Amino acid sequence: MTTLQTVFAKAKADNRAALVGYLPAGFPSKDGAVAAAAALVEAGCDVIEIGLPYSDPLMDGPTIQDAVHRSLTNGTRIADVLRTVEGVAATGAATLVMTYWNPIDRYGAERFARDLASAGGVGTITPDLTPEESEPWRAASAAAGIDTVFLVAPSSTDARIKAVVDCCTGFVYAASLMGVTGARESVNSAAEGLVARTRAHTDLPVCVGLGVGTGAQAAEVARYADGVIVGSAFIRRILDAPDEAAGRTSISELARDMARGVRR
Amino acid sequence: MANEGPIITAADLAGHGPHGDDPDARGKFGVFGGRFVPEALIPALDEVASVYEKAKTDEAFLREFDHLLRTYAGRPTTLTDVPRFSEHAGGARIILKREDLTHTGAHKINNVLGQALLTRRLGKKRVIAETGAGQHGVATATAAALLGLECVIYMGAVDCERQALNVARMKLLGARVVPVTNGSQTLKDAINEAFRDWVTNVDTTHYLFGTVAGPHPFPEIVRDFARIIGVEARRQMLELTGRLPDAICAAVGGGSNAIGAFHAFIEDEGVQLHGYEAAGRGLESGEHALTLTSGSIGVLHGSRTYVLQDDEGQTIESHSISAGLDYPGVGPEHAWLKDSGRATYHGITDDQAMSAFSLLARTEGIIPAIESSHALAGALELGRELGPEATILVNLSGRGDKDMGTAMKYFNL
Repeated sequence: MTTLQTVFAKAKADNRAALVGYLPAGFPSKDGAVAAAAALVEAGCDVIEIGLPYSDPLMDGPTIQDAVHRSLTNGTRIADVLRTVEGVAATGAATLVMTYWNPIDRYGAERFARDLASAGGVGTITPDLTPEESEPWRAASAAAGIDTVFLVAPSSTDARIKAVVDCCTGFVYAASLMGVTGARESVNSAAEGLVARTRAHTDLPVCVGLGVGTGAQAAEVARYADGVIVGSAFIRRILDAPDEAAGRTSISELARDMARGVRR
Repeated sequence: MANEGPIITAADLAGHGPHGDDPDARGKFGVFGGRFVPEALIPALDEVASVYEKAKTDEAFLREFDHLLRTYAGRPTTLTDVPRFSEHAGGARIILKREDLTHTGAHKINNVLGQALLTRRLGKKRVIAETGAGQHGVATATAAALLGLECVIYMGAVDCERQALNVARMKLLGARVVPVTNGSQTLKDAINEAFRDWVTNVDTTHYLFGTVAGPHPFPEIVRDFARIIGVEARRQMLELTGRLPDAICAAVGGGSNAIGAFHAFIEDEGVQLHGYEAAGRGLESGEHALTLTSGSIGVLHGSRTYVLQDDEGQTIESHSISAGLDYPGVGPEHAWLKDSGRATYHGITDDQAMSAFSLLARTEGIIPAIESSHALAGALELGRELGPEATILVNLSGRGDKDMGTAMKYFNL
């Protein structure tokens, strides 16, 4: 199992940012998700976030909503998410689960942490779990030996940034903009300032996500961040492809372009 | 009931008592409530909370709110005895609190006027809102027109269809209505979409939340602005009957009209509090909105509360003939009132609600909203149970004009 610590140490030694790819479990199909993630890893992604599909994804834009809806319609369950993690972790990438809080809450925090660790997962990203509500999850994660990643945003005050990074292990997720997930024309200029403000409170790696969709944008973000997170741009290509194989080819191209971008 | 003195005071906005305390610093009513939202929204929620904290004891704010409630919303609303309707409730005396007589036709106007004034204090020029039946959307569009605010309303595409009249009203009032076509295309999806707008435009925009659900401080703010219903009713009941009612009945979707009616009575232990959820086509059918009576504890729309969810935490779509009750979550304070035993919650089917809807129209010449008809149907049952000596106050939260399309179909009119 590759840990986040190993990934970021290696990227640093290579003088580059890490590349983080996001795909929901069960999309484009249960097996197709593992194959797509493997293609991303083969093309240069260091870390894979597997999305746990949720019925009310209020932080996600139309692209991820569409993918998640298809996944749920295909009958994706938490067991499938864990199987996907297992398959992806076997490729050698550090594999996390990104999920809204309620599915973990319902499944049971301790049980989820344990089952995720058993599947080879290294941690979670929980975008709607605030520091105030995070204690049970941090305790369960620590007991299972997995990392907890939380988000900071351009609107976060320095006090909030401190509260969030104090709950993080592994890395800190800096949301580049005020808005939902989805590729944008340009990466918000607020991202660089947010990364700098975050670094004032932590030595953890800081990764930037939301709105990164091209190799050039990845290169721009890699100048100041430890990791570049890409989700919707990959999903868009899978949605637009005529079949799963074509989708994999298409996301491999983009991932390779981005992997070049993060080598500053 | 005469227009003497202010109808709302700082004390009316802040109810304190053994059960009526404000939520704690984290916005918790016991284990319920809190904030489960993207970090990006935390500063905005903090700002709303702090502006409201100042406003609720600020004389100028209270004066302005009082003035609008009185001269614009048409408060205080009257009580109406309904003896012919009561004959069907085993002779118990049923009295209606007439929120249907407010401007825009439902209790929603109370919260909306309060929050529209807050929007001005927040220095924001744009409001967004979700709406189910359209009543909160209409009220928000109304207040936005009154105060010169830009207004965007998110409404499930299914609801747009069953409440077409309200869509037209909102447009006429200058609001942009955005039909939401994802998910179940009803209230819960409209809320998701409104949150997405808010996180994107939070610098300029206030999310004028329409019910006592959502992240802290919305459950507290919306409750306080709706609280006037019970504050007035308590005073009026004493004037009219010389005593407090034996029970209060209110419909519960998200729960704003019910909290508004209940809250001033929470410390009156002799007054039973009954909330009626939509049982739709019946519990067994799976097509219902019985969140408190059949759901489980989870997190939805930023708050820990009772939720209709499956074994893995996926929200289950609700059903009700009434768009305003068609919601798989409920306000956290109701969850707390249920678990503490202070309030009791029941289900009323579509058919029971429609029967009460038609009964009130025929016996009293009042056409209620289908939402409120759930409380009326509940009162008919409760009256038979409590007996002819009992007095029951029903919050008639809205009028039925908006429901004519549904009624025409249901009754083949």
